[in-house]
Parts: sequence; C-alpha cells; structure tokens
Amino acid sequence: MSPTSTLDWTPVCPLDRLDPDRGVAALVDGVQVALFATGGELYAVDNLDPVGGAYVMSRGIVGSRGGVPTLASPLHKQVYDLRTGRCLDLPDVTLRRHEARCRAGVVEVRLRQEE
Amino acid sequence: MTAGGARPGAGGSDALAGGDPVRAGGGDGMGPRGGGGDVMDGELVVIGNGMVGQRFVEALRARDHERRWRVTVLAEESRPAYDRVRLSAFFDGVSAEELNLHSPDDGVALRLGEPATGIDRVRRVVTTAAGEHPYDALVLATGSSAFVPPVDGTDLPGVFVYRTLDDLAAIREHARGRETGAVIGGGLLGLEAANALRLLGLATHVVEFAPRLMPVQVDSAGGAMLRRYVEELGVTTHLGVATNALRPGPDGTVAELALSDGGSIAAELVVVAAGIRPRDELARAAGLALGPRGGVLVDATCRTEDERIWAIGECAAVDGTCHGLVAPGYATAEVVADRLLGGAATFPGADTATKLKLLGVDVASFGDAHGTTPGCLDVTFTDPATRSYAKLVLSDDARTLLGGVLVGDATAYPTLRASVGGPLPAPPLALLAPAGETGGGVAALPGAAQVCSCNAVTREQIDAAIADGCADVPALKACTRAGTSCGSCVPMLKQLLDAAGVKQSTALCEHFDASRQQLFEIVQVRGIRTFSQLIAEHGRGRGCDICKPVVASILASLGTGHVLDGERASLQDTNDHFLANLQRDGSYSVVPRIPGGEITPEKLIVIGEVARDFGLYTKITGGQRIDLFGARVDQLPQIWRRLVDAGFESGHAYGKALRTVKSCVGETWCRYGVQDSVGLAIALELRYRGLRAPHKIKSAVSGCARECAEARSKDFGIIATETGWNLYLGGNGGFRPRHADLFATDLSTEALIPLIDRFLMYYIRTADRLQRTAAWIEAMEGGLDHLRAVIVDDSLGLCADLDAAMARHVASYSDEWRDVLDDPDRLRRFTSFVNAPDVPDPSITFALERGQPVPARGAPLAAGAERRRQPVALGLPEVRR
Repeated sequence: MSPTSTLDWTPVCPLDRLDPDRGVAALVDGVQVALFATGGELYAVDNLDPVGGAYVMSRGIVGSRGGVPTLASPLHKQVYDLRTGRCLDLPDVTLRRHEARCRAGVVEVRLRQEE
Repeated sequence: MTAGGARPGAGGSDALAGGDPVRAGGGDGMGPRGGGGDVMDGELVVIGNGMVGQRFVEALRARDHERRWRVTVLAEESRPAYDRVRLSAFFDGVSAEELNLHSPDDGVALRLGEPATGIDRVRRVVTTAAGEHPYDALVLATGSSAFVPPVDGTDLPGVFVYRTLDDLAAIREHARGRETGAVIGGGLLGLEAANALRLLGLATHVVEFAPRLMPVQVDSAGGAMLRRYVEELGVTTHLGVATNALRPGPDGTVAELALSDGGSIAAELVVVAAGIRPRDELARAAGLALGPRGGVLVDATCRTEDERIWAIGECAAVDGTCHGLVAPGYATAEVVADRLLGGAATFPGADTATKLKLLGVDVASFGDAHGTTPGCLDVTFTDPATRSYAKLVLSDDARTLLGGVLVGDATAYPTLRASVGGPLPAPPLALLAPAGETGGGVAALPGAAQVCSCNAVTREQIDAAIADGCADVPALKACTRAGTSCGSCVPMLKQLLDAAGVKQSTALCEHFDASRQQLFEIVQVRGIRTFSQLIAEHGRGRGCDICKPVVASILASLGTGHVLDGERASLQDTNDHFLANLQRDGSYSVVPRIPGGEITPEKLIVIGEVARDFGLYTKITGGQRIDLFGARVDQLPQIWRRLVDAGFESGHAYGKALRTVKSCVGETWCRYGVQDSVGLAIALELRYRGLRAPHKIKSAVSGCARECAEARSKDFGIIATETGWNLYLGGNGGFRPRHADLFATDLSTEALIPLIDRFLMYYIRTADRLQRTAAWIEAMEGGLDHLRAVIVDDSLGLCADLDAAMARHVASYSDEWRDVLDDPDRLRRFTSFVNAPDVPDPSITFALERGQPVPARGAPLAAGAERRRQPVALGLPEVRR
C-alpha cells in the first residue's frame, strides 16, 4: 500500500487564486483534488471524504492541532493531518494525499496512486 | 392547569329527559323485577353525564360483550360530558367541543337537558318531567354542586359559581367592560377562578377564610410560598377573613364585598368558590342513607343500601367519605362497571395525590401531606432564591415516606408519589433539592439510556470511558464515538463529565483559553475585527473547526460586515461559506425565507419554476418553508439570481441564526383565533432575520390556546390570549425535546418585542457555543428567575445596551444573498473546479424517486459507509391473479 507518484505535474491555478486557509477543488486527470494554502505551505489531498463518501474535502475548515496543520471534514468534522492524511479522530482512516508545489506563481499538482 | 384530575368536578346532571322510549309506568312484566340476588342484565339507568358518569358508561360498554344491559343516561346539562378538570382552558380559547369527552354509542340512550325529579324505589322507576324510566339497576352519578355560603347578596347579578361551561361563559360576558373582580375561596378552584378573572383583565382579589391559600392541599409554609407567587401576578389575597355580605351598586349588580374584619373590597364581578357539596337530594328524597357529611352512602362496592342502586363519583360517600377528585371518581366508576358484569371489584382507596399548575406555579401534594400520622417527622426545604418549598412527611423512624407537599418546583413529584409507603429512594435533602443542584436530568439517567443515538452509545459506556481516564469531550469522542455524528449529545457528554467530578475547562478549544462568552466580551470591548488579530493577541496556533466558526459568529452578531468578506470567509463552516445547506452527497439545499409561512401564489410559482428548471427535489419543511435540494455550488448563484429577482431573500437555514417564525392562520381566518398570529410572526421574523447566534433560533406564534403553531417547542414562542400575548422561552424539539416555560403573560405587542429583543441579545452574548436557549437557561444560575431579573427588572443594568444592540441589528440588516450576487469577488467562490469551472461536479448524480430527483446511490462510498436502502413495506395485501 505504499503510495507512489506515477504521474506528471499538472498546472492548476495561479497561487493568488488560493485564499489562505480556504480550499478549492481541482480536477486533475479526472481525479477530484482538494488544494490548500496554509502556514506558507501548499497541500493537496483527495476531495473525497473517506468517511462520508462525498466529494467535499475542499470545503473543510483548515486549522491546527498541537502544531499539526489540519483539515476538518465538512460532513461530520473528522479532523485529518494535512501532512500525512491520517485521521486524528478515527483509527485506520486516511485521506489520500497528492503532491502540490508552486512554480512561477502557478500551483501544480501531481497525483499519487495507491498500488 | 396541567395535570392532575384535581377538579372537584361535578357530575352535575340529574336529568331525565323526555325522549322516546319512556315507558309510562313500571312493572310491565319484563325483566326480573322482584326479589334479591345480583341483577346481571336488563335496563340500566345512569343519572348524570359528568366525567365519572361518562367513564362508567364507557367502561361498562367496553366489557359488556353480551350486551346484557340497555343503558339510558339522564343528563341535566344541555351538553354531553366534558372535561371539567380542564374547565379553565375555556378562557385560553379552548372550545367546548375540544373539552368534549362524549363519543356517540348506539347502545346508549343519552337524554340531555332534562333533570330527573324522583326515584320510586318500589316500582323501580326514575321520573322526569316527561315520564318515567324503569330500571333494573340504577347508578347515581350526580356529582356535586358549588357551595354558596349563606351570605346576603349572593343572588345579585354579577355573582357566579365556577362549575360549568355555562357558568364560565356567563362570567366572561359579565366581565366585559368591568374592571374589578373577587373570588370567595382560596382553594384549588378559587385560585383557578382568580386566574380566569385576571386573564379577563380584572383587578382580582381572593378572599379565603383559612389563614392560607389551598388549605386542603398545602401546609402553612407552602401556602406562604404560594401566596408570594399569586401576589406577584397581581392578585390581592385576603386571608383569615370571611365575607359578611355582597352589596349592590346603583345599577343593582354586585359592587362590593363586606369583610368580617370590617374592610371592604370593590368588585363588579364575584365568583363563589367556597367548596362543593355532593348532590344527594334525589337519594335523600328516595329515603336512601346518606354519609355523615352528606353524599349517598355506599359500601366499598359502591352499592347503596338498596341493592339495585349504586353511586359513583363525587355524590358517593364511600364508606362515609366523599372524594372531590376525578381519580377516585373514576375508580368508583370502574368498580360498579365490574360489579354489574359479575365481577368482584372493590374501591381501592382514594389516591388524593394532586399535582397541578395554578397561575403558573407548580403545586403538588401527596399521601399524608399534613402529617397526621402519629409520631411522624417533617423534613422541609425552603429556598427563597428559587422560590420553592418542599416538605416530606416521614414515619417516626424516618425510613418510610408518608406524604409531602411541593410548591414552586414539583419535578420530584413522580418519584416521591411512587415512593409513598416505601423506603425513601434517596436522602431527603437530595430528593428535595431543586433539580439543578443534583446535576439535573443527566444525573438521573439510567445506565442503559442511550446518550448518543447516532452511534448507540449508552450512559454506562460513557461512564466507563470516563473511569478509564477520558477527561474531556474530544477524548470521549475518540474513545466511544459518542458525539461524532450529529453532535447533539456533546452538551450531555460535558454534563456526564461534570457528574463524574471531572473538572471541565471552559476553554473554547486548544487555541483559546477563553470561553465563548469571554471571547464575545473581548471582541466587543476591544473592537477586534479579525480572527488573526484575536488569535494572535488572545490565543495560539491557527485555529480549528471549533473556534473559527465561533469567532465568525461573534463577528456577525456584532454586525461587522458580510460573512464572506476577506479573511472571514475562511472561518465559516461550509454552510455559511456557500450560504446553503450541505447534504450527504456534497450537493446543497436552498431555503428562501417565507416569513410566517405566508406566501403568494406568484412566489410559489417562482419556487416551483426554479425547482423545475434546476432539477431540484422539493420538500416542505417543518418551519413552514420550502427546501430545494440537490443544487451544486456552481448553481447556487444562478438559483438565487432568480429567487432574489422574484423578491425572495436568504432564509438563513444554513446559519446558526434565526430560522423561522412559524404561525397558525390566526384570527384573520380561524374561527377560534383571538389575535393576528400571522402578522406578529412576520413582524418578528423580519425583525430578527439574519441575527447570528450561538445556535439556531426558532420561533412560532399561535393565534389561540389551541397552539397549532407549536410555539412551546420553540426558543421563543408566543401564544395569543384574549387580551394580548403570552411569551414562552427556552423550548426546543430535536434530540432532547423541551417545552418552553411561560415567561410573561398578556403582553401587548409593544411590551412583547423588547422582551424578545433582550432575551435574544443576552443569549447571544452569554451562551456557550452550540448551546440552545433551553440549555442556556438551565445552566444559568437562578434560571428563569435570573433571566427575568436581567431582562425585565434590569438587575444588571444591561437592558439599554441590549436594546441598542438589537436596534443596530435591525437597522443594519441586508440580505446576504443579494450582497453576494452584487459582488464578483464573493461570486468567484461558487465554482466547481478552480481549473475547470465549466465542468459540473461529476460525482453529483440523481436517481428518480416518487417523481423527484434524489442522490444516486451508485456514487462511490467508502468502506464502512455502505448503506443499503430497503424498500418501504406498506403492508398491503398482495393481489395475485
């Protein structure tokens, strides 16, 4: 189950289109991705809520828990570690992560796929 | 008056009526007319169609499967049996029809409006003006009549008794245009009559011969507490004095009471409620034995000395004692019904326990309330702060509960009444202490009770988790999953932690040590306008899904701009962020405001057209509006463009804010309405629309006491009275339903609105996060009385401030959705994908159910989230060909 990066970087939007601490959804190769800028970092995770089963994670509230950057599901408020995707409230639940970076003022995403 | 069955309710009706099958003369040869032995069939005549008479007939008919008895009921009043216990509800606008207890029964001949005039025991016939009714068995259910003391002037116009619906109608008629009233008698019935006069707008006096109110039910200390309550309602009491005479004014109607202490009271209307007397005159004339204090003497089988004649209800002196409550009356009815069908029932003894609400005061008495058992001990509890009084009467060894009295707070009544004759269920003081001080409802929850119904977590499991070291709500959530779904049990989790002695931090979350209330003050006093500044100066970290929406709500309550402006947008829950309600499939629902539930056909058509054009599922909500489901975020502005253009505005269904003010149709159309409930509901909804609060706020206005708008289940509910509005505060439906408490009565609209203004603003300033008004009041030290002191008596000097805050809110309101549509920067948030704004979210798809779109179930669901829909079984017979 080790995640591996298999695809290329895809430009998504200008960096200034991302409000601090508020996500947006992007469609990358048919996959819904939730993108966040918080604490000077960029994060990309699946838009699919692994518990609720709906594509809503981009609409969650961003924050921190004990110094860890977090994202709360807007459906039932489970909180996830944005760095690892691990759910901090429920055991054995993980939010799939992707990679994000900024090149020349443009945010790019590279999908990860589970093998 | 709630509860109890306490009215000394007359069966009041000897009557025989003319009617058809009156056989002239008796002894027509049918039936076993002679001799002894128990008669088991034939003609049964019942004199009286009061509550007990009616209950008797129903009980007999339900069990008389072989139809042994042909039943004739003779009634004095012109209307069939009605609920005399709730008689006073008539003044709250409840109609005679609604009090009706009678249901038609073809096997019973009911003759209304003609009194029985005699009983011929030899020929076994009951006579009326119209003829005779032969009987094989006769049941007297004649009830009782009001006792009118032998005082000059009781026959003057304007003097009434308080027994029948006709009496009440006459009282109401006479009260019109008059200003003063008096009640002779400070017992149960007298206090009820006093409340009625008060509601009719009369300055009301109560004259009681005994040194305390309700002398039969309560002791002197309880009576003193009761008197304080009653006088606070504006009723003047005169205790320990008798009425010597009633004197007329120049117009010949009653004008004054002369008292035994030499004083006098001006009263243009007088109600005599000085007690009741059993109606035993027919029995007396027929030569039947009577009880020592009147009443038809019967044994424990309710039979008189004449084996064919029985007596039930208030006219019966069972083993010599008459009972003036409906519960013992019903017991006698059951005994005779059983006996007449061959049973062996005997009167089980009277349960004289009483609990009622008089003039808004809970009063209960049970068992040996006056401590007449030799050697018994009293434990009393008087709390002037909560204005409650309680007394327990214990056996001489203090182990057995014998009886008690409760005034002001009767929450312990069910437990105590059930414990009479047995060991005390807890130490006396614990039983008597007001509910709040023993941990409230949660402390009494049994272990098997489900605290979190979403995840089926019981109290036992929560307690076990606390014992294992869970010290706060997040720990309990992680350990038990309680509170992780809908979250409505989180306040109970806190209370359970409190009950277990775990000290709770008032810190809002890990980012702020302050409580919501403290944060509100900080933001207000320091004029802070951004979350960043607040957390930098008064918190730590970056915030979270708890503190961010709280601060967003505080900023909104203080009227500091649009919820989507600048940084504030990032603080909002998704509902507030998209100004719509997130649904399980990731789509949103839209609820336009329909103030008071009143809507024109044109606007209904617009909603229908919008729903049709955008393929939305439509459903009528409980708040009298229309919910449109299945909108994608990118559709929301288009939908709202259409709605706003048609004159709609945001309904704030997505916000912790005022939702709706429901209403019934009110006096405009309804035959029973007494005020314009729709007009008031619309005015209130428009006044408070957009007001952000710690939790959602719901309201309703009912146009009469029938309460069709269900106002008592709302945070603030208003119920019309003949003379104004009654205001109820702190109700809710939901997870723990609670009726709102009566806060103020007979308010004019001008007096009502400032009270609601202050209530809401004080709530917004001081409640905890996600604390509804009910829990807020319950948690408040001093409860409703404290609230009254703050917003009525201005004990904290806050009223001007609260008034000004609400005035600012009303002046600064603007429709959030219109403001979004006018602003491209706000509009850009409503995009499906930042890199593909023209592509709609492919995960939102629909199936058709009952002709409407619903989320398609083929959508991918994560492990554990699998839900299979079961077909709805209608239980209809299957048709096979």
